[in-house]
Amino acid sequence: MRKSTNQKAWWLVAPVLLLVAFNAFIPLMTVVNYSLQETFGDNVFFWEGLTWFEQVLRSERFHASLMRQLLFTSMILAIEVPLGIAVALSMPRKGPWVSVCLVLMALPLLIPWNVVGAMWNIFALPDIGLLGYSLNSMGFDYNFTQQPVSAWMTTVVMDVWHWTSLIVLLCYAGLCSIPDAYYQAARIDGASGWAVFRYIQLPKMKRVLTIAILLRFMDSFMIYTEPFVLTGGGPGNTTTFLSIDLVKIALGQFDLGPAAAMSLIYFLVVLLICWVFYTLMMRNEAQ
Amino acid sequence: MNRKWILPTLYILFLMLPIYGLLTMSFKTTNEILGGFSFFPQQFTLDNYIKIFTDPTWYNGYINSLIYVVINTVISVSVALPAAYAFSRYRFLGDKHLFFWLLTNRMAPPAVFALPFFQLYSAIELFDTHFAVALAHCLFNIPLAVWILEGFMSGIPKELDETAYLDGYSFWRFFIRIFVPTIAAGIGVAAFFCFMYSWVELLLAKTLTSVDAKPIAATMTRTASTSGYELGLLAAAGSLTIIPGAIVIYFVRNYIAKGFALGRV
Repeated sequence: MRKSTNQKAWWLVAPVLLLVAFNAFIPLMTVVNYSLQETFGDNVFFWEGLTWFEQVLRSERFHASLMRQLLFTSMILAIEVPLGIAVALSMPRKGPWVSVCLVLMALPLLIPWNVVGAMWNIFALPDIGLLGYSLNSMGFDYNFTQQPVSAWMTTVVMDVWHWTSLIVLLCYAGLCSIPDAYYQAARIDGASGWAVFRYIQLPKMKRVLTIAILLRFMDSFMIYTEPFVLTGGGPGNTTTFLSIDLVKIALGQFDLGPAAAMSLIYFLVVLLICWVFYTLMMRNEAQ
Repeated sequence: MNRKWILPTLYILFLMLPIYGLLTMSFKTTNEILGGFSFFPQQFTLDNYIKIFTDPTWYNGYINSLIYVVINTVISVSVALPAAYAFSRYRFLGDKHLFFWLLTNRMAPPAVFALPFFQLYSAIELFDTHFAVALAHCLFNIPLAVWILEGFMSGIPKELDETAYLDGYSFWRFFIRIFVPTIAAGIGVAAFFCFMYSWVELLLAKTLTSVDAKPIAATMTRTASTSGYELGLLAAAGSLTIIPGAIVIYFVRNYIAKGFALGRV
């Protein structure tokens, strides 16, 4: 759309700017402030410079949580994106089943995150939960509170359960915007199912898929409540992701300096990955 | 011949299983739950639900959550509307940077902000009010609402605005009387997302409240840790939190698919 230049438009943006700046700028500056100082209570602060940043960047604990976080995020993206596309492709386009599918699939998205955690906790309890009981009676040795592998699998499956629907909904919307004429043309040309997917459906879904992957990346990288309620970060530290570790340091041990430095590094990592991804996708689109 | 229905059916079955587990557990007595696994409740009981609907600490949790979610949705959508209009219609100094900066707030992990938020809202004496949570949730809901609405508005031809101005409409009269009704679907989708993200968020809501505005999610986590193992009660409370979301989805179900297709989301 052609836009006209109008500096008065700032007035329309001003309320948003004020509200978001109030919520973002002041707390962010507080974090920056903490990250550069040391305190022993009583609001007495000592200048520390970049000590905390060096400490966090060198600490094995931070590396370990970052690695777990990256592994978790890549695992759920690798499962959710193909699964979401597949489900969206095979959903009906017309008829009464569309509403049924949409409502049922959107349901997990609107359940409070701690309830998702609690639900899966109950579902997976080895002796009394539906999943745990079934797995154990089928002869699998499964106990997510004690075995790291079980805990990991439960966390990943929980996230797949929780968020695949978002990708389904977005892709489905993209697919719905393809005019019938495209498919008719493809049929006349005798295109195979794969060709239809590769040259008609995938390009049409690209935009929404980009947004879906970005949203999933951001949200899974910030994941806190669900694994915290499900496993509490355990057994041991095996499911302690970045946010859980951060809250442990900040509110559990009250190490404000290191926690603040870690927050900033964490935020920068998210920003950097999002920016790289966004730029790559936009460059592809421009070509 | 057409086997396409299999995958969605299996997927929905997979989605329903944990919910089924939660529902059956909410109708069981504590003894039965701890006694072992059963697919159906043996001694069907409504005690858990009766407890929630008669105990103020429980049902106030739901009321508190709904209050701040509604306040947040109203604030987010109403300030995002003019801003999205500005982004979709005009070029102004720093518009692109501003838009990206708004989106970066969507990327900020809430865990980073929990402690500073607590201090900020204590300092302005809003701690433990519904307003505090509603304002804090604006951090990630306003950018999202602007993003969604901007997509919708860009789909509406600029001729609409120009015709209205030629007819002598003032900006605000045009905006409220003509423009807002035109993008009603977009507002529906934006409100849905604001409702959703505010309803499901716990970390900030828990940090910013203690008694008067305590959300249901916080009541649940505290019950889980203090009163031992009242799984039935927890399951009943969890089942009830699904209902508001289900109602909202039912109302916007037709807009979701259409909305995404039109909007840039």
